[in-house]
Amino acid sequence: MVQERDNNEWIAALQADGPLREAALSDLRGMLLIGLKTALKSRSDFVDSLLDDFVQDSLVRILRSLDQFQNRSRFVTWATAIAIRVALTELRKRRWRDVSLETLVADTGFEPSAAETSPDRESQPIIEAMYRIIGSDLTEKQRTVLLAEIKGMAQEEIARQMGSSRNALYKLSHDARQRLKQGLEKAGFTAQEYAITIS
Amino acid sequence: MSLSRPELQKMLDVVRATQPIEIDCDVCLMQVGEFAELNLVGKPIPEGLKAIEQHLSICDECREEYEMLCVALRK
Repeated sequence: MVQERDNNEWIAALQADGPLREAALSDLRGMLLIGLKTALKSRSDFVDSLLDDFVQDSLVRILRSLDQFQNRSRFVTWATAIAIRVALTELRKRRWRDVSLETLVADTGFEPSAAETSPDRESQPIIEAMYRIIGSDLTEKQRTVLLAEIKGMAQEEIARQMGSSRNALYKLSHDARQRLKQGLEKAGFTAQEYAITIS
Repeated sequence: MSLSRPELQKMLDVVRATQPIEIDCDVCLMQVGEFAELNLVGKPIPEGLKAIEQHLSICDECREEYEMLCVALRK
């Protein structure tokens, strides 16, 4: 039977010693097991045998982050969000760990007008401008991150292969997107103009 | 191999949604619970959480995590 606790009681119990803490940990473990299983069950790469490890890793991360809880949601909601981050990060790592970032980027490149993409007449000018700006205004690192993200590669894996962190990567990606946006605006394309659907 | 049409579309969409000041994935994680709880009960998103909404529009991974959190909360 899970004990009802408000946010302050959760924090106090998890920061206490002895039976109070053990009971809170046991309750939280049970709630995360249910939450994660519900959230992940539709994924083809998830199997039940992974669940215990995900919950254990999540509890470590939650306990380490208690001082960052801002009391703006239910504590269990906040904890479940962390558990989902932990679990999906691991599943994404497994999916992408054998993919070389260098090869992915080299194989894709930023070459316009390939037959397989051949955008329609309306979007052709903006696509060409985008390729031009990516080639001339972005650094190699910015190009790599932007391309890998667009290809769907896991951020943790991009960061690992670049010797960086997920947050540092986000900054790099943000800088790349900003430069691209500024370049398109300088080339005369308004945000409204590139709110198009490529057919 | 070049970018596919959906990838080109995604590139344009994320560039269009880019803002000069954005939050990163860790900040999003700390606040996404509040955002999800408000959304699930249909309450308006306050100005202070607009940055979460913007981040979710450009970050595929955080958006995927948010959607799974909503699935867990609905149960």
